[in-house]
Amino acid sequence: MLLLLMGIVVLHVAGLVLLLVSTIVSAWVINTNSRSDLWTNCTTVSGVYRCDPADTGVWIQAVQAMMILSIIFSFISLFLFFCQLFTLKKGGRFLLTGAFQILASLFVMCGGIIYTVMNSGWVPAKESYGFSFILAWIAFPLAFISGVVYVILRKRE
Amino acid sequence: MPSGLIPFPFHLFSFHHPSLSRNPSHTDLRGEQREIMLSVLALTSVVLLGIASQTTAIVVYTSWERHALVGTDVRLSCSFFSWQWTSPDVTFSWHYRPDGAKEAISIFHYAGGIPYVDTKGPFRDRMEFVGNPSRRDGSILLKNVDFADNGTFTCDAKNPPDIAGSPSHVRLFVFEKVPVQAGVITGAIIGVVLGLLILIVAIYYLMRFLVARRVFSLSMSKHGRKGKGKEGSQQKQKPKVPLVFISF
Repeated sequence: MLLLLMGIVVLHVAGLVLLLVSTIVSAWVINTNSRSDLWTNCTTVSGVYRCDPADTGVWIQAVQAMMILSIIFSFISLFLFFCQLFTLKKGGRFLLTGAFQILASLFVMCGGIIYTVMNSGWVPAKESYGFSFILAWIAFPLAFISGVVYVILRKRE
Repeated sequence: MPSGLIPFPFHLFSFHHPSLSRNPSHTDLRGEQREIMLSVLALTSVVLLGIASQTTAIVVYTSWERHALVGTDVRLSCSFFSWQWTSPDVTFSWHYRPDGAKEAISIFHYAGGIPYVDTKGPFRDRMEFVGNPSRRDGSILLKNVDFADNGTFTCDAKNPPDIAGSPSHVRLFVFEKVPVQAGVITGAIIGVVLGLLILIVAIYYLMRFLVARRVFSLSMSKHGRKGKGKEGSQQKQKPKVPLVFISF
């Protein structure tokens, strides 16, 4: 049963790490000589690598906010998990932890949907999606499953 | 050099110092050392301040960028910092370099207490001096800006005898509609969601507190003082490694 506990924590932390990497690393859209993400657009023009701050459009800022909120809620849920582990009575469910984790996954989903739908405005049509974008979309089901696991988990003495 | 002598704390070294008449304890010596250090520090800072006032130049401040809608009025503010008092011969001058041009033209000059506004250039009849030179403010007001007014405005201020300094630039951007600044919406969304979270938590605890108080007062009125000691003490579980299991 200790194995189950470790497995659940590893799942949660993995989701959190994916969220962090996806938000921070600049690789949402990759071209042969440029990459861009939520925060900057970096290009290599004739050997010079320079970065400009990203468009200040309304939608990219919404995606930024969603990703940051999902990271915050995932952290809160991890913290609550350890709190509830020591304060729940026997047979209690980790509802609060699960609720926060599911909320985090919903925020990632919203952010991913907004980015996928609205990126015609700030990304040229021929560029391909980078690994940060894919990580964000992987983090969503991971966080969702982790949240559901918390909801059906019960505390045993 | 600063005029006047700095009064050196001679009293610390006089023979009639009160601490010498009784046994100098450990704390008295440490207090004395602290006094000496503080006076040396004050002396050094005053000397440095005196030296600094002779070597720093005048510093001119303007905004970094200004954004404006077409047809509105824009106030370009310019101020300066100088160690000297504001002299009556203070001068302000504004230059304008359109986007893409190489040369800047002079559009405003204030000298000898009189503002000279541009009457022949691109801002004729559109510029007004709204500054207050005695308060070190040399701002100008541009009325009814258009797309052709995009460019860099340079403010140069001189406060005799403090004249060495570099001018400061402000870029003007004229838009049809003002774009949202970076991070405003991000911060707003995050703030609203976290605020709602804190609000919900606060309301939950408030409800719990109110309900508990109502239950407590009801039970008090029912049972009198008998059951007072038994409420409120929860059993603490021993913190051994807790185990979890899944059940549907």
